[in-house]
Amino acid sequence: MPLQVQIAKQLPNFALDVSFTAGDAPLGILGPSGAGKTMLLRCIAGLEQPNRGRIDLNGRVLLDTGARIRVPARERRVGLLFQHYALFPNRTVADNIAFGLHNLPAEERSRRLAALIERTHARGLEARYPRELSGGEQQRVALARALSIEPEALLLDEPLSALDTHLRSQVEAELQETFAAYRRPTLVVTHNVEEAYRLGKQLLVLARGRVAAFGAKEEIFNHPPSLEVARLTGCKNFSRARPVSDHAIEALDWGCNLRVAHTLARPAAHVGIRAHHIDFAEPSSATASADSVENIFPCWLVRSSETPFRITLYLRLHKPPVDSGEYQLQAEVFKEKWERFRSLPQPWHVRLAPDSLFLLPE
Amino acid sequence: MTFVAPLNLILLGSMDWSPVRISIETSVTATLITLAVGLAAAAWRERRSGPAAALVDGVFLLPLVLPPTVVGFLLLLLFGRNGPLGKLLLQFGATVVFSWPATVIAAAVVSFPLMYLTARAALEQVDSRFLEAARTLGASEWRVFREIALPLAWPGVLAGTILSFARALGEFGATLMLAGNIPGRTATIPVAIYFAVESDDMTRAFAWCAIDVIISLALLAGLYHWTRAQGRARWMRR
Repeated sequence: MPLQVQIAKQLPNFALDVSFTAGDAPLGILGPSGAGKTMLLRCIAGLEQPNRGRIDLNGRVLLDTGARIRVPARERRVGLLFQHYALFPNRTVADNIAFGLHNLPAEERSRRLAALIERTHARGLEARYPRELSGGEQQRVALARALSIEPEALLLDEPLSALDTHLRSQVEAELQETFAAYRRPTLVVTHNVEEAYRLGKQLLVLARGRVAAFGAKEEIFNHPPSLEVARLTGCKNFSRARPVSDHAIEALDWGCNLRVAHTLARPAAHVGIRAHHIDFAEPSSATASADSVENIFPCWLVRSSETPFRITLYLRLHKPPVDSGEYQLQAEVFKEKWERFRSLPQPWHVRLAPDSLFLLPE
Repeated sequence: MTFVAPLNLILLGSMDWSPVRISIETSVTATLITLAVGLAAAAWRERRSGPAAALVDGVFLLPLVLPPTVVGFLLLLLFGRNGPLGKLLLQFGATVVFSWPATVIAAAVVSFPLMYLTARAALEQVDSRFLEAARTLGASEWRVFREIALPLAWPGVLAGTILSFARALGEFGATLMLAGNIPGRTATIPVAIYFAVESDDMTRAFAWCAIDVIISLALLAGLYHWTRAQGRARWMRR
């Protein structure tokens, strides 16, 4: 693999202890704030010194504490896009981008500068100063600057978090385009689950300095290896679980038995389901009254919260709620669908489809 | 005494202009030295911490805290015939005490802490992410300092330079101790005023005072206009 990282660094509240490899496809690094994501990027870029470890980029050793090798940041050829871009405020856009082209002959420099400006859609901004740019423009310039040194790896720290919402999808598309052309190890740090999924091919979930999951993103989202990873990848519903038979478990917090599509080698300690995977049985088919008939259960609405196109329903199973803190499941549905059953008398019926349930070991 | 006598003295040409020339030459030279050494010291100190650095800080700030006469006395010990630096310079046939360089040394030493403090504060204010970004782009530490840190810290560094210049221009005690009062060679305006009053020549003292006020006001006016112009720099504009 082009980029091999294995580092340990003591931080004030926890220890960063991470090891992974990255190929030429973008790797999303997902984790809550304070999980050590930024620190990890800074260690790879050479701005922070790990206590011990080894970093290898295309066969070049950037760090090997055992052999006392610590290549300084300026010789690493690792492009870093800072969270708030860190454009030099006293230099124009052109001078910002050209900063890394300092050693080239003038002709080559202007040729490369023009190519970078073209590639990152920064044309027309050359003579402006950073404070005269919008957030999206700053992002483009920062990206052009990071790419100017033809880095062997590109690290992006929360590339979209400084942007207004309406700019994000546009800039995200530009990033995708850049990644597709770049084809070298690319690490994208984010705390946003959907961004991590969209920008990365591979995914690394970081929690309190440790790798909680690492692999193909589909695999991690569909089969989170632990309760922690399920939570960090956005799953909202969990229950403690106890095996009943080969294809059934008892969900203790939900007070029901559930049929499951597959079983674990180790006994499941928790069962989880994503909010948008909870299905509402159509009234006609919701005649079942007994438990565990294809995992259909009666439920009552505790409260709800709306976004423009979706609604989150907080539900209580089996019996009407006494107060609003008592919900057991969060379901997320499109409003069109909700319109079809909102006026129906409760209880409604939820279906927890066996192949949407995931079992989590202790 | 009226204002007419000093004015006549200045306008009619019987005035000794040498203290004005010496004061300005001394202040400019001392400020240039202070700027270079103060910046280097501030940049050096910015990357270090710990007891050694704190001790160095103490030594650097001493001239600000001590009475100028004490600074002058210590310089005299250092540069005198039997002082370590004095002996060294004597081997090259140079004596510092009671010479023009002595006025420069006294002014530079006394104004150094102001330069050092303001330059350090200005460098510390520079967002370290800019320096880090420059490093990831392959810049050497020297280039990071010269092209990123220094330009961003420049308004503060300039303020330190002005402060140092003002302090050098007003230097009296240490200068008198180390350089004495040799008219035409080491007598700066403050020293000349002191000796004019001493010998009861109030007219002359008044004339030099007036010139000192004019120089100081010109300095402040220049500073005011320059900082306003800086504030209008396009990259800083809000």
